Amino acid sequence: MASLQSLDVRNRSASTAVPPSVRKDLEVAKLIDVSKCIGCKACQSACMAWNDLRPDVGVNSGIYDNPENLGPAAWTVMRYTEHEEAGRLEWLIRKDGCMHCTDPGCLKACPSPGAIVQYANGIVDFVQENCIGCGYCVKGCPFNVPRISKADNRAYKCTLCSDRVAVGQSPACAKACPTGAIVFGSKESMVDHAQGRIKDLQSRGYDKAGLYDPQGVGGTHVMYVLHHADRPELYSGLPNNPEISPMVALWKGALKPLSMIGMGMALLAGLFHFVTKGPNEVTEADEENARKLKGRDAA
Amino acid sequence: MTTSTEKVAVVRDTYTRYNPSERANHWLVVVCALLLMLSGLAFFHPVFFWLTALFGGGQAARAIHPWIGVVLAISFTFMGIRFFRQNIWTKEDSEWMSHVGDVINHREDKVPEAGRFNAAQKLVFYVMFWSVVTLFLSGLVLWQHYFGDAFPIGLQRFAGLVHAVMAAAMIITMIIHIYAAIWNAGSVRAMTRGPVTGGWLWKHHRRFLREEVGGRK
Repeated sequence: MASLQSLDVRNRSASTAVPPSVRKDLEVAKLIDVSKCIGCKACQSACMAWNDLRPDVGVNSGIYDNPENLGPAAWTVMRYTEHEEAGRLEWLIRKDGCMHCTDPGCLKACPSPGAIVQYANGIVDFVQENCIGCGYCVKGCPFNVPRISKADNRAYKCTLCSDRVAVGQSPACAKACPTGAIVFGSKESMVDHAQGRIKDLQSRGYDKAGLYDPQGVGGTHVMYVLHHADRPELYSGLPNNPEISPMVALWKGALKPLSMIGMGMALLAGLFHFVTKGPNEVTEADEENARKLKGRDAA
Repeated sequence: MTTSTEKVAVVRDTYTRYNPSERANHWLVVVCALLLMLSGLAFFHPVFFWLTALFGGGQAARAIHPWIGVVLAISFTFMGIRFFRQNIWTKEDSEWMSHVGDVINHREDKVPEAGRFNAAQKLVFYVMFWSVVTLFLSGLVLWQHYFGDAFPIGLQRFAGLVHAVMAAAMIITMIIHIYAAIWNAGSVRAMTRGPVTGGWLWKHHRRFLREEVGGRK
């Protein structure tokens, strides 16, 4: 995706300046109601169609997941889990893809200025022309979403159809979903909508139904309604308490200023040592001592 | 008519501090380390990102950095083997280190005599050795193009942290190492040209001079 002039940028990777921020944009969100999903993959097809992506034809691995995993040309993938609960089989189908975190680990980890941007509406977008292909976004992401293309060494993932959203359209997946399992709107209205769905599910025996909007990453702009919100990991390993890894937080946080101070101190220490103590030069007396030593030993 | 160098040669004894192959080896490591530092700093902190321009842009810098690392690891291995024996830590080195305040304040009369390498130089050697080992291993894990999918994510994150910490340690050590060479006049010439005077050895590596003189009998 290219950076979009019609969307204000809130956050920009590897940039020290504060981006323009006088306007307040409406935060958007996509809500995926897992309980309404029938696993038809219309969202996958719509994603491929709108974004003009054709992942390589794979092989049947015996499960419905196809392609089996996210890829540079597969930005969303349905993940199917067969789960038995109280003697009943439940088919838990989760549409996997970028969660558009409020505190995005990819953006924090990215070393290339402007390769990852977060728009004021909450969408996190990769700007491929600025991407250097280092793969740090992969390490930063708590959801295992970014994929680096072997063809061009650039990172790809769901854009939340930022190009559509910028002109007032909903994402292609939401547009295509035949059951209304994917809905799109302001984050506030989506949370509201989810509450209605959760009440409904709870009245039908799913007393642990709830909203997945993990606060460890500041909340997300893709949220799930889960029948088993107490166990998100049931849904193909959706993380229970996702957060930016403390190792990445240290590497991309405190270590940066600390290292800069360390290097600067070393340089300054050298400079001031030199201007106060001067060079340590060999004197004629040293040469004389060396000659004497040699003479004595030779004698 | 004699040139100034010939005069020096006549008046002063000179000793070969570093032979041509030691010097070549050292400078190959230097070139690699500087290129790695410049490209690595670009990936480490946004204020240095412009340094990628020296390598032809971000993608090119990302692609070349690990290959330079491989060259450094190989050339440092040879240097490590070359200088390993002379860098073994001894009791005298601990004694020397306790006088480091005298060293930096030019009170050399109070500092114990040093061999071919003094304790501070040995510390530089150890920091460099462990930096190169850990930077090479963590660098392999971080080498997205070839090993992007080869290691578990926890290890990748750990490698990123370790790579940055050890690189910072190595850069700080390089700054100290380079400054020490500038400060101790004659050191740069020893590593660029080879020779030092007897007086230089008397001043900085007296025990080594005694051994040299003894051996020349």
